[in-house]
This record gives sequence, C-alpha cells and structure tokens, in this order.
Amino acid sequence: MKASEIKKIAYNCRKATFLIEKQQLAPITIREKLELKIHLAGCSICRTFMQQSIAINKMVHHLFQSSVRRDLKLDERFKEEMEDKIREKLDKN
Amino acid sequence: MENTENLTIGNKLTDPHLWVAKYADYLYTYAVSRLNDEEIAKDLVQETFLAALERIDKFEGNSSEKTWLTAILKYKVIDVYRKRSKSLGKQIKISEEEDKEEDFFYPDQGNWKLEHWPLQMGIEEPDAFISGEFTDILQKCMKKLPGLWLAVFTMKHMDEEETSVICKELKVTSSNFWVIIHRAKVNLRSCLQKNWI
Repeated sequence: MKASEIKKIAYNCRKATFLIEKQQLAPITIREKLELKIHLAGCSICRTFMQQSIAINKMVHHLFQSSVRRDLKLDERFKEEMEDKIREKLDKN
Repeated sequence: MENTENLTIGNKLTDPHLWVAKYADYLYTYAVSRLNDEEIAKDLVQETFLAALERIDKFEGNSSEKTWLTAILKYKVIDVYRKRSKSLGKQIKISEEEDKEEDFFYPDQGNWKLEHWPLQMGIEEPDAFISGEFTDILQKCMKKLPGLWLAVFTMKHMDEEETSVICKELKVTSSNFWVIIHRAKVNLRSCLQKNWI
C-alpha cells in the first residue's frame, strides 16, 4: 500500500466505522482488514465505537431472545373467534 | 420402495381445527417479538391461519406444519416492515439520508466531528453490566430510526436473515444495504449517548 493510501484510511473514520459494521455481519477482504487495523491502531475514538457497536449488537440479540422466551399467550376469546373463522372456511370448501 | 420412504420423510398436516390450540401462542409470540405491536400481531396470526387454509393443497410436506405456518407469517411480518418503511411519507432515498449522515463525519476526510465523538458509556467492556434502563433507551432509540433502516436492522440482527433475502424483500441493493446497516448503527449509537450520558 502506498503511503498516501495509508494516510487516507488512517484518518477516515467514516470508512473505518463502515468496515466495523460490515465485519460483524459478513466477511471483509484482507485488504479491508488491514486498512481497518491501521486505522484502529491510531484512532481511539473508533476503537470506542467498535466496542460499543459490538455491545449494542449483543444487547439487540439479547432483547430479541428475551422477547421470544416470554412465551406470550393470545387471549382466549380471540382464539375462539379464530377457531370459528377456520371452521366457517372449512365448511365452505 | 421409494414411495414408502417418501411417506416416512414427508410431514403431514393435522386437522386445521386444531391449529389454533397448537400454534396460535407460538405464532403470536413470533410476531410480537418482531413487531412490538400486539394488535398487529393478533391480526397477522389470524391472517396466517386463513391464508394457510387457502393454500393447504400446496403444502408439500417438506417441512413441518409449524415451520410452514411460520413461513407464511414471516412474509406477513416482512409486509409490515415494508409498509412501515414507506409510511414516512415518501420512500426515503439514500441521497436524502446522506445529508443526515454528514452530521457525524466531516465530508472531506471522513473523520468524526468533534461534537459526535463516541464517548465512553460504560458498556464497552465485554462483561459490562447493562441496566434495564439502558435497554429501555435502546428500544426507544431503535424506534426512532427511519422505517426502512429499522426494517433492515431488525431483519439482519434479530432474525439473522440472509442479506440477499433482505435486499430482495425490501428492494434495496446490496451496496445500499451496507450503507443502511452502517448509518443505522451510527445513529443508534449516537441516540444512546445523547440519552444516557
């Protein structure tokens, strides 16, 4: 990599944060990995961003899991109504 | 011989009269956890059963009945995402969103503007304790994201859906997909910082 290119990525927080996001969900190229490494080595702000981004993803995942585990119950009256509608429809066919 | 094999592998439908008792709560939980709206979730469960009845002859037994019903519901959930992403008036174009993003980074070199520097929030360490209060703020901040961004974000992070599927269903290109993933996170993080510190 040329010195000018290294300088470009070293200062580009927009690109670094983009790669931080992409990397968590999909593979990035070796070149991109290197660029990100160079950037993070010199940018503590983006290091904080990365730690927080990982934490947020974990929280979102956890939030979702706990809502799935809640095991909600539909109210009985609505269930009866649905059963009636299904019966009606089956009788028609 | 092949026929008997098919019979043992293939799944059969049970009597639709039993669907509500067997699957209604499961499907309801599925919809509520993705949409955060109990009324819409109720309607979708009902629509799912009725839609399933209409295509009962198309059930091929490749999946279980529960999986089949869930797949029908899943597309109904995506429809809601789609509607939500459009209900902000005009469909948001990336170019409009770009203006918003300029707020965070300087346009020339792309470094953070001073006032948007990410600050420590006490969540950085992998084993940090996350309070319920923080989670509440997170949920509120997610709801503030533009509809399309939230739809992309939810499908990817919560459903762990394939990127290609999300792009197809929400009609975004793959490069826009990554732009949205990035901007959603930058905005979400910023909202957390504003409301937490």
